[in-house]
Amino acid sequence: MIILYCPGTSSEQAGKTSSCQGCPNQNLCASGATKAPDPAIEEIAVKMLSVKHKILVLSGKGGVGKSTFSAHLAHALAGDSNKEVALLDVDICGPSIPRIMGVEGEQVHQSGSGWSPVYVEDNLAVMSIGFLLSSPDDAVIWRGPKKNGMIKQFLRDVDWGDLDYLVVDTPPGTSDEHLSIVQYLSSAHIDGAVIITTPQEVSLQDVRKEIRFCRKVKLPIIGVVENMSGFVCPKCKNTSEIFPSTTGGAERMCEEMNLTLLGRIPLDPRIGKSCDEGKSFLAEFPESPAALAYRSVVQNTCLHTLRHVPTHTETRAYTH
Amino acid sequence: MEQNNVTCFSAEGGNLALVKHVVLILSGKGGVGKSTLTTELALALRHTGKKVGILDVDLCGPSIPRMLGVGRQEVHQCDSGWVPVYTDAQKSLALMSIGFLLEDPDEAVVWRGPKKTALIGQFVSDVAWGELDVLLVDTPPGTSDEHLAVLENLKKQHKVDGAILVTTPQAVSTGDVRREITFCKKTGLSILGIVENMSGFVCPHCSECSNIFSKGGGEELAKLTGSIYLGAVPLDPLLCTSIEEGKDFIQTFPDSATFSAINIIAQTLLTCLQNS
Repeated sequence: MIILYCPGTSSEQAGKTSSCQGCPNQNLCASGATKAPDPAIEEIAVKMLSVKHKILVLSGKGGVGKSTFSAHLAHALAGDSNKEVALLDVDICGPSIPRIMGVEGEQVHQSGSGWSPVYVEDNLAVMSIGFLLSSPDDAVIWRGPKKNGMIKQFLRDVDWGDLDYLVVDTPPGTSDEHLSIVQYLSSAHIDGAVIITTPQEVSLQDVRKEIRFCRKVKLPIIGVVENMSGFVCPKCKNTSEIFPSTTGGAERMCEEMNLTLLGRIPLDPRIGKSCDEGKSFLAEFPESPAALAYRSVVQNTCLHTLRHVPTHTETRAYTH
Repeated sequence: MEQNNVTCFSAEGGNLALVKHVVLILSGKGGVGKSTLTTELALALRHTGKKVGILDVDLCGPSIPRMLGVGRQEVHQCDSGWVPVYTDAQKSLALMSIGFLLEDPDEAVVWRGPKKTALIGQFVSDVAWGELDVLLVDTPPGTSDEHLAVLENLKKQHKVDGAILVTTPQAVSTGDVRREITFCKKTGLSILGIVENMSGFVCPHCSECSNIFSKGGGEELAKLTGSIYLGAVPLDPLLCTSIEEGKDFIQTFPDSATFSAINIIAQTLLTCLQNS
């Protein structure tokens, strides 16, 4: 029976425990090569000094609306023309952000100061591997180390300029991409993670793992958003719970795990349509119940980040 | 479950030697219903008298144990390897998932690629499935370590019949599934067909159909990529509740449109496998 505990590549025990037997990385870890700090971490820390707030959008579960939420969080933050906002998409295999932001097919350019992100508005920049693929059919069939390298480049080599907010959209899971983003930002300051779920236990059971992951890597959790929370029929106006919460939904999970419920966002077919068309749902349907819910969640998220404004001397918020 | 007294099949040619067909359930996109569809197809195939297995290689988010109502089970070993968990005394539906190997169900499996690859290799070669008509392999979203690992290991041991791709109707979903189709083509994996899930919601109060996640994308994707369109499954809160509670939806709602849709897909799949 295998033991599921990996001591971590930077641990003193890396490559040496009984659970390391059979792991393809065992020799590499045991040699000590993995314990040397990656110089990119400090380079990224310097780069991130010009970024005031960094928010990760996570879930354990796929398809709960992380990208949709990340995009609309970015749109909402950029609604204040005095703020500079950027959205970084680290979903390497399934980069949805270019389409959702209406900039699919745009190119990324390189200059002396690094890669230039794609601008959706004057104060809203986006970076995604989607811009580096020449065709919508191109598949990124990469194993972990190559994905990690791309994320490192995104953080180190993109010329973001001075930013008030960097929102990072992630793929589902608790794997390479998540470990890498936390590792590479370990010498910068992450305000925290917004965790997205739907009401179902099938989602919550994955989301609880994500919360454990955050606590394991000491990533603060800003709060939880319950998405797809009810559907109001446009004809008869009755509400249906399409994704029913059989175990109390996000509210109970937040109570049990001592987290903030940032809000609930209902299902609205116009959200999916806006995403498909690359438009901001908040701009298209500002008075809809879902848009009002989004704005409330965004406000709650911002309140959290405003409680902490980092200074330029602040580094090493985390230890691993 | 009589795990301790089970007879372990030691087939010559490895643990997949007596498995007639292996089908991967893929998507590029998360949350489109891969695990739900895998579970429902398995139940539908079982209802036709087939012996079915499910291999759940979603290591970060293993959903199948809950969906089949088998929750926390211990996995035992025999001479040929690991004994799968059976959902019934007749052993008509077998399952292997990392979910059974976790002491704490909320514990995160925070592994990088190489360790995931190693476990998946073990899952493919070391589970004593015995005789199965169909082994369904549920996968996480993406085109990365897990997908490469399961495909490489399956190819070493057994021919892989192909993959079913699941999408929702939206462009944001089909956009990712197009990339998954490329993955299949590049790795020589046959595409058995495309399923459009969450295809419309019929309001139980007034019967108005709302296309919550848009409409028609799955069928368009099939046309665009020259793939077979296996059919559409509607959004059905009764299915969602069934899955949540680990109940057999097919036994509980045999007359529903949802079951009918799933059954058509299962029958089409069987026909395709028998003809290949």
